Amino acid sequence: MTIRRRDLLAAGVGAGVLTACGSNTGRGGGGSGPELAQWYHQYGEPGTERAVRRYAAGFKKARVSVQWRPGNYDQQTAAALLTDSGPDVFEVNGPTLDQIRGGQVLDLTELVAKVKDDFNPAVLTPKTHDGRVYAIPQVIDMQMLYYRKSLLEDAGVEPPTTLDALVDAAHRLTGDKVKGLFLGNDGGAGVLGGTPLYAAGFRFVGDDGEVGFDDPAAARTLGKLHRLYADKSLLLGAPSDWADPSAFVQGLTAMQWTGLWALPRVREELGDDFGVLPFPRDGSQGRPSVPVGAYGAAVSARSRHKETAARYVQWLWVERTDYQEDFALSYGFHIPARISLAEKATALKDGPAADAVRFTTDHGYAQPLLWTPASQTAYQDALSRIIKDGAGPERELRAVVRKVSAELDRVKKTS
Amino acid sequence: MRRRGALWFWVFVGPFALGLALFTYVPLLWSVTLSFFDAHNTVTPTRFVGLDNYTAMLRDRAFVDSLRTFLVFTAFIVPVTYVFSLSLALMVNRLRTARAFFRSVFFLPAACSYVVAALIWKMSLFSGVRFGLANSVLGWFGGDPVAWLSTTDPPWYWLVIVTVRLWLQAGFYMILFLAGLQRIDPALYEAAAVDGARPGWTVLRHITLPQLRATSVAVVLLLVINAFQAFDEFYNLLSDARGYPPYARPPLVYLYYTALGQGQNLGLGSAGAVILALVIAVVTLGQARWLRLGRTDADG
Repeated sequence: MTIRRRDLLAAGVGAGVLTACGSNTGRGGGGSGPELAQWYHQYGEPGTERAVRRYAAGFKKARVSVQWRPGNYDQQTAAALLTDSGPDVFEVNGPTLDQIRGGQVLDLTELVAKVKDDFNPAVLTPKTHDGRVYAIPQVIDMQMLYYRKSLLEDAGVEPPTTLDALVDAAHRLTGDKVKGLFLGNDGGAGVLGGTPLYAAGFRFVGDDGEVGFDDPAAARTLGKLHRLYADKSLLLGAPSDWADPSAFVQGLTAMQWTGLWALPRVREELGDDFGVLPFPRDGSQGRPSVPVGAYGAAVSARSRHKETAARYVQWLWVERTDYQEDFALSYGFHIPARISLAEKATALKDGPAADAVRFTTDHGYAQPLLWTPASQTAYQDALSRIIKDGAGPERELRAVVRKVSAELDRVKKTS
Repeated sequence: MRRRGALWFWVFVGPFALGLALFTYVPLLWSVTLSFFDAHNTVTPTRFVGLDNYTAMLRDRAFVDSLRTFLVFTAFIVPVTYVFSLSLALMVNRLRTARAFFRSVFFLPAACSYVVAALIWKMSLFSGVRFGLANSVLGWFGGDPVAWLSTTDPPWYWLVIVTVRLWLQAGFYMILFLAGLQRIDPALYEAAAVDGARPGWTVLRHITLPQLRATSVAVVLLLVINAFQAFDEFYNLLSDARGYPPYARPPLVYLYYTALGQGQNLGLGSAGAVILALVIAVVTLGQARWLRLGRTDADG
């Protein structure tokens, strides 16, 4: 048989189409019934992926395929929710108010009704809109200040309890080889967010639904952060960013702001030579603060098997407390979102881990649902300019207040 | 027979035309439509808002800043790359031995991905800690380490952004210039030498540059378009998990966060994209007019 060029071309096109269709969807699992796609963002800790696949395989009413998605997870899910080929069940660092308003996620209130009070209110509230719950919190994540005890002792510095003391400590701890404080390579605008405002007694959005930081004292607090930068006390341009404790354990910095998830690694490398603190208070109205957040499990409104998907979420994140405990504490280090589980966890009973739990209960704040991404961008830009450029905090904050007011009006209007 | 011809025309052109329509024109028109709607988290919006998205975008300080950023960036990177790649070409062209070797060496970075290069620049060359390459060199001369990407005064981040692009692009444009240089008739140089023109600046100014006009126009156009499309190295150098700093933020990066990030304000993002497209169209038209695009060297 002779092969003609045209046949070859046709075969090539055919093969191209076939390859385009095939993709590794990671189907698997032991159940029968409809197929559900469940998405997770990529957790850094080894073993997490195998664990969530094991949980999924345990669900008998559907075949659940887990997709482990590296990269910009928030963007990926936001785009996928616009289409029919998105996930049925997914974890979300939200959902955002506009996702709820747009009807993109299902109302899960009934699923958690029986155990609602067992969820930590700090993380359930931001998943709740008009009394309806739109995602089930999986675990609590929080961030805090890690400090190296030996370095502070050598410099004769007490662990700081006020913002002024923190600025001063960072300055005194800065030497030739070691910087005083690491707040991320951007100088802190990204990771600190509203934490300094809350530590000065303000909030993103007040109880009246208006901007909660329209006050000269708020501007003064943010202005102090510029001192850290201007004094050259901040570590900048480190090989890994704030979420990774490398800079801290390698001795590039005496203090670092990072997450609770870093605790096992810090303890492994530094032993007892470290302590943890909340973000220190500022001003007479202030009190310490730590940000808390939670990935929640949500169900896409475009799922073809809404009931099964909701049933699965309920099974995994409400009923199977053994899995929830395993997920929170066996791989990374998180506080279980269920109060009953958090109280049982021996790993959280003493030392810095117990401090972290106490900070979360006493000083934790979560970004309110009304704080939209547009507000966040405006605020974060202003904070960056205040910290790095030494821009006038009053003027910057005034512009933010205008923008946030407009956003709050927008979301109130459409409700 | 003619019908057969038409059939084959469509067999070969059809897939391409279909792809172009499906992946370019439909999204383009869709995006223009979206820009007149309140499209939060949806691509099939229902609430018509007229020009609201446009006025909001033009009043947005961040967006206007980003437009300014990329005009400044273009005004800077285009002449610098032009001069640098022309110099490389002139030097390589004069070599008698190992010309192919140097041509390949200078061209090689063009094969490197923007993302990879940006990460190398960020994490090893211009890392902010004292053992980054640039800071090690500074250290030999007793300088303090500089946080290259985090310092806004002076804006060292531009040094990182410009050098990475220069390294990636210069070799490619050098090849274009080399091709142009090799097309120049050697008799012109001989005639100039006979007439007493000194080698060096005079010859470059009066013979080489005018003879390279067609190449130069092409190079400048390509450079401007490339600068307009800046995204990869900016995003990979400066973004982190919490977003992007308010400086050195090109419009595409800003729109990426507005429309595709958690913001998901697709109407506002589309309005920004249309404004950006208009700016690019105006600049390109002006440039084409100014450079007298399409005329040959003979029209000079």
